[in-house]
Amino acid sequence: MAVLLLAEIAGGALALDATAKAVTAAKSLGDVTVLVAGPAAAGQAASQIDGVAKVVVADDAAYANGLAEPVADLVVSLAGNYEHIVAPSTASAKNILPRVAALLDVMVLSDVTAILDGSTFERPIYAGNAMQTVKSNDSKKLLTVRTTAFDAAGQGGSAAVEAIAAAGNAGLSAWVEDKVAASDRPELTSAKVVVSGGRGVGSEENFAIIEALADKLGAAVGASRAAVDSGFAPNDWQVGQTGKVVAPELYIAVGISGAIQHLAGMKDSKVIVAINKDEEAPIFQIADYGLVADLFDAVPDLTKALKE
Amino acid sequence: MKIIAPIKRLIDHNVKVRVKADGSGVDLANVKMSMNPFDEIAVEEAIRLKEAGKADEVVVVSIGVKQAQETLRTALAMGADRAILVVAADDVHQDIEPLAVAKILKAVIDAEAPGLVIAGKQAIDNDMNATGQMLAALLGWGQATYASEVGIEGDHAVVTREVDGGLQTIKVKLPAIVTADLRLNEPRYASLPNIMKAKKKPLDEKTAADYGVDVTPRLEIVKTAEPAARSAGEMVGSVDELVSKLKEKGIV
Ligand SMILES: Cc1cc2nc3c(=O)[nH]c(=O)nc-3n(C[C@H](O)[C@H](O)[C@H](O)COP(=O)(O)OP(=O)(O)OC[C@H]3O[C@@H](n4cnc5c(N)ncnc54)[C@H](O)[C@@H]3O)c2cc1C
Ligand SMILES: Nc1ncnc2c1ncn2[C@@H]1O[C@H](COP(=O)(O)O)[C@@H](O)[C@H]1O
Repeated sequence: MAVLLLAEIAGGALALDATAKAVTAAKSLGDVTVLVAGPAAAGQAASQIDGVAKVVVADDAAYANGLAEPVADLVVSLAGNYEHIVAPSTASAKNILPRVAALLDVMVLSDVTAILDGSTFERPIYAGNAMQTVKSNDSKKLLTVRTTAFDAAGQGGSAAVEAIAAAGNAGLSAWVEDKVAASDRPELTSAKVVVSGGRGVGSEENFAIIEALADKLGAAVGASRAAVDSGFAPNDWQVGQTGKVVAPELYIAVGISGAIQHLAGMKDSKVIVAINKDEEAPIFQIADYGLVADLFDAVPDLTKALKE
Repeated sequence: MKIIAPIKRLIDHNVKVRVKADGSGVDLANVKMSMNPFDEIAVEEAIRLKEAGKADEVVVVSIGVKQAQETLRTALAMGADRAILVVAADDVHQDIEPLAVAKILKAVIDAEAPGLVIAGKQAIDNDMNATGQMLAALLGWGQATYASEVGIEGDHAVVTREVDGGLQTIKVKLPAIVTADLRLNEPRYASLPNIMKAKKKPLDEKTAADYGVDVTPRLEIVKTAEPAARSAGEMVGSVDELVSKLKEKGIV
């Protein structure tokens, strides 16, 4: 059985980690053809992922900014040959795949965490407060897979790469600009360590102490919704039900109370550390190590202690 | 221009979710139900566009059980002008899938001919994040999902979207579908006089059959289970103790 995997493209290049994790999920369903709606170099990179049978590349200006309408039309134009269409659960794929599904008159499954067989999948609902197993009765199964639930496929593949024609652009939308903050830090969803700050951090300036600890640990920086809403941190740092889902080796939550919507995005982390001045904070109920302390003392101390 | 905002009635976001003992789903009997938080944001945005003179009517639509009337009344009290309830289930436990919702919404939209639809980004019960995109596909319209800013400029909308790397701004031709993200606005509370006034605003009632839409689910629920529990670890007394624990574990 054949699987079409929509590669994640970010900043004009293959997002290797997200794509390689989706490959692991897709491999269990059949032979994987990766679709790159982007430059040839991204197609080359995808061909080296272990387990990829074939790569098709549609390199066209229409796809340069990942707009949903032309990319969805491209996927639909190829869909006939595949029983499964898979993508990593990124903002981009979640924008595109439901559109593809409706055009094919099938349902979509978002955030799949386990593949039980070709038509049975597990996914979290209610911010991860329940796990649902569903069986799809559709002729085609379209799913986005949670990248935290699958290990990245390795390198060493040498799949054939084929250029394919674009599928047109109805011009329903047009790109204006991207505001992407450049950062030397690891990417939030693939970082081994994440340090997150919440409302307790108090201001954008104070976030510097969170960032200093993160840099000491080579970590990515995350934030609660309250911290983002208050303007302490940019939107793409939000961890949670409606932000990013992370599962690093170590997650340090600082000045975060532990609302279920936040836990939904980090409770699968291997080791969780919580620093909060309120000993009743719900975050302590899921933390491996909890420290009741004022973050303005504890975080600089911790950063210093790690230096020694 | 007319704006349609589809709103979903679901478990209040402050209620602790309980999985039913028989694994058939989440217990929704006698729990507080509210408007999906993202839909409050969508309704608020529609009302603000009307207040700014960019729209002249805001119509809210809900699909589900009869009790969704209450949710529609809340939207009317916030400032929507008119409501349409499409009854498609009689048990609150019967969720209508995004594809079926999108098909019903398409039929409503074909009849109402709005210039803009603002939906929520995701319903916080099924966490699907699909209906807006599906609706856009069925209508053949453009989509601007995860909006944190919406401007109407002539025959198109300029929308800033929250994406993985930060923010993206796109222009989308009207009519179009926008889905609201958390930071689009802060929804207002309905005042008591407005709640009274809302009782007199028109609320039309239809059924899924009126639109000829089959709402049979495509996804069969095999089981619903509690997530693996994570137990609390230990409290440490100092930063030094924390560091030595982490070193012992070999993670720093
Ligand atoms: C539809 C919806 C979606 C949502 N999605 C998300 C999401 O994706 N991600 C998310 O995070 N939230 C989300 N939320 C919001 C969530 O419900 C909480 O409101 C939010 O997570 C709270 O953030 P916080 O813990 O930073 O703030 P608070 O709950 O205000 O907690 C601040 C904490 O800081 C501590 N503190 C204060 N000062 C100090 C100090 N000096 N030293 C140490 N500790 C201190 C306090 O004791 C407190 O525990 C969502 C909510 C809704 C309704
Ligand atoms: N039953 C429904 N009635 C009205 N609107 C809905 C319904 N289900 C979903 N929607 C709309 O679609 C959005 C996304 O929902 P979902 O795709 O289920 O995550 C919601 O925020 C609503 O605006």
